[in-house]
Amino acid sequence: MIDRFVIPLVKIAIVLNATLVAVTYMVLLERKVIAWAQSRLGPMRVGPYGILQPVADAVKLMIKEDITPVRADKWVFTAAPIISMVPALIVYAVIPFGPTVTMFGHPVPLYITDINVGLLYVVSVASVGVYGIILAGWASNSKYPLLASLRASAQLISYEVAVTLTLVSVIMMAGTLSMVGIVNAQYNQHIWYVFAQPVAFVLVLIGGLAETNRAPFDLPEAEQELTGGFHTEYSGMRFALFFLAEYANMIVVSSVVTTLFLGGWLPPFPNTAVFHVLYYIPSWMWFFLKSFAFLYLFIWIRATLPRYRYDQLMRLGWKVLIPLAIVNLVITGLVKVVLL
Amino acid sequence: MDYVAAATSNVGYCETVEKLMQLEVPRRARYVRTILCELQRIASHCLWVGTHAMDIGAMTVFLYAFRERELILDLFEEFCGARLTYNSMRIGGLPLDIPPGWDKKVLEFCAIMDSKIDEYETLLTHNRIWLERTKGIGVITGAEAAGLGLCGPVLRGSGVPRDVRKDEPYAAYDEMAFDMALGTAGDTYDRYLVRMEEFRQSLRIIRQATEGLPEGPIVGKVPRLIKPAAGETYHAIESPKGELGFFIVSDGKSTNPYRFRVRPPSFCNLQGLRRLVKGHLVADVVALIGSIDIVLGEVDR
Amino acid sequence: MGQAIAFYTLAAFILGFAIMVVSTRNTVHSVLFLVLNFLFVAALYVLLGADFLAVIQVLVYAGGIVVLYLFVVMLVNLKRAPEAHEDPHRRTTLGFGLGVAVLLELGVIGAYTSTQVPAPVAANAAMPMAGNTEQVGWLLYTSYLIPFEIASMLLLVAMIGAIVLAKREL
Repeated sequence: MIDRFVIPLVKIAIVLNATLVAVTYMVLLERKVIAWAQSRLGPMRVGPYGILQPVADAVKLMIKEDITPVRADKWVFTAAPIISMVPALIVYAVIPFGPTVTMFGHPVPLYITDINVGLLYVVSVASVGVYGIILAGWASNSKYPLLASLRASAQLISYEVAVTLTLVSVIMMAGTLSMVGIVNAQYNQHIWYVFAQPVAFVLVLIGGLAETNRAPFDLPEAEQELTGGFHTEYSGMRFALFFLAEYANMIVVSSVVTTLFLGGWLPPFPNTAVFHVLYYIPSWMWFFLKSFAFLYLFIWIRATLPRYRYDQLMRLGWKVLIPLAIVNLVITGLVKVVLL
Repeated sequence: MDYVAAATSNVGYCETVEKLMQLEVPRRARYVRTILCELQRIASHCLWVGTHAMDIGAMTVFLYAFRERELILDLFEEFCGARLTYNSMRIGGLPLDIPPGWDKKVLEFCAIMDSKIDEYETLLTHNRIWLERTKGIGVITGAEAAGLGLCGPVLRGSGVPRDVRKDEPYAAYDEMAFDMALGTAGDTYDRYLVRMEEFRQSLRIIRQATEGLPEGPIVGKVPRLIKPAAGETYHAIESPKGELGFFIVSDGKSTNPYRFRVRPPSFCNLQGLRRLVKGHLVADVVALIGSIDIVLGEVDR
Repeated sequence: MGQAIAFYTLAAFILGFAIMVVSTRNTVHSVLFLVLNFLFVAALYVLLGADFLAVIQVLVYAGGIVVLYLFVVMLVNLKRAPEAHEDPHRRTTLGFGLGVAVLLELGVIGAYTSTQVPAPVAANAAMPMAGNTEQVGWLLYTSYLIPFEIASMLLLVAMIGAIVLAKREL
């Protein structure tokens, strides 16, 4: 009874709440890191060093007037933010934060579930998130959101192809689709896949940036060309949902990249006697450290790089990333056949 | 008028009146004017590089450039009390001599700015995305650019060696050694490179002028009443945006000009946009407006 | 029992959404109901233990193809009423013909399955019983190799055709 119902429910509650808190603090982190990069201070007024800024933001967004444009499609306009938020949250179901540990005499796996199509689940749920963006743009019945949403969806579909193709080579290495299985494969093969599949790592990282609409691929929000992007007409909590979904997706991408390429909860040099001391740091700590490093990298990139133009973005996706992914896939297959 | 380069406009107008009245300006005043003009050029280019990069999506350069612009504004504040729209000139010279120690602060600023320009360049010049966004965008040949009446860095970006500071030296530019930055391809990237080089040349001029600042009076022999004899004159200076010309007609009867006309560089350069955007995407239009470097106060008066 | 309830609930939803798809006047709403329909079909696959198929259903149909539908719907101006055809009964005739075809197909399938129940694929002894994904892969590359390859060739041809049509000068 406890193992089947109570523990999973508690885990779901913890992960959901932790994610939402993490997402709001991601906003603060981003503002702070970018401010430091730009020799500013960032939020300083609410709480010491602006630490309560997310709370203030949440309160502000909740009590703001919720405007629906008169000519908007009411149902779709209301559903769009929810559609973009939900996939971002349910992906966490398969992300392994750590191995199975024993707590109070019960074996507790540090992940909500481990399904044998875990990685495909992540990809497919992420692909549903596109609807939030498309529908938001369409339902607003306004030209800039529509243009932005068309751009966004074209971008997401294109980069999804590249990322999924690249992931196949990781699946080939691990021989499994399960997220836990992939981490265990890295444990058994004594290597983080970032070293075995460097090309795939870079491709997934670039694709991940593009899929989360982050700089330098933040075209759907290019304020110089499209005013505010697909959420121009949104206000209040609905706008906040889009905002949170973007950050939740960022955390998803960094968690997935951590799991696939940096050995998830494994310390460096997994399963080798040399650095056994590294195992004294708890597994989930490793996972969060690595994910945090990626989040920091994303923010850093945003503070550094200019933005691509739409056609250049598409060219990069279709003419560089996808061919590279295919070549990488073929080479991985050949190596696997020849060596094993 | 160009409110982000007010000192240049001050100098331009005063020199036009001086030319009309054939007044002699003391050497020290001309040197200080040169320093002010070049500081103003750096401040204006700081604003340009920030907003141009921002238009293309790189937001950090904007804050870096404004950080340095602030230092220049501090220098101006110390010199004349205002930070943006100055009243820093008098016909025939300067209203006040430079504050004590100001020249040292200018040199200190030059030392800081040197490394900061490298910082901007690190972020942009060899950045692949920056190259893709600016190379081959808005190409215009030198002949075409000259034909459209473009001026300043936009014209020099197309390789036309035209710089009022060299061709018709005013203030103390005839005594300064500096190079004219020229582009070759005439695209957005070349216009960017030209302005980046102008940062360095401006610093070079400021150093020469500050170190060689002559002693002497700051105002020449100016009549009590500025009442030029009947006649007309045109005088142009190189503002950060391009050739800033003043045309004054005097009827010799009053202290007000009979007719006064400004040739603003932004207004003339903006004409080129129509030609530059041809065949490009909407996203390039923001990049091109940035590369022309307009101030709308100068376009719509 | 529980499974039967789940099945009939899902089936009811699928049918309901399918009706909404064809009866809604707003094209975008209709496409949305199609997405919901696909998601519930995916749920049905999960119920049948076909995890892989369910995920692929969501990834390919809900996440990919319907997005393209939406693109087309949003880009094409649908405000204009369709032009009248010379034959006013064309739609009725066409609908009737298609309905008969579907019914015939269903009848044939029903008749076929009632006479000989296909052996469950799991009976194949050579198949490693690792998991759902492996089973699908195994079947695709053994029993159904030729249809699989033909389908992939067809897709390739379609892709090349689309490129050729879209790009006049190569």
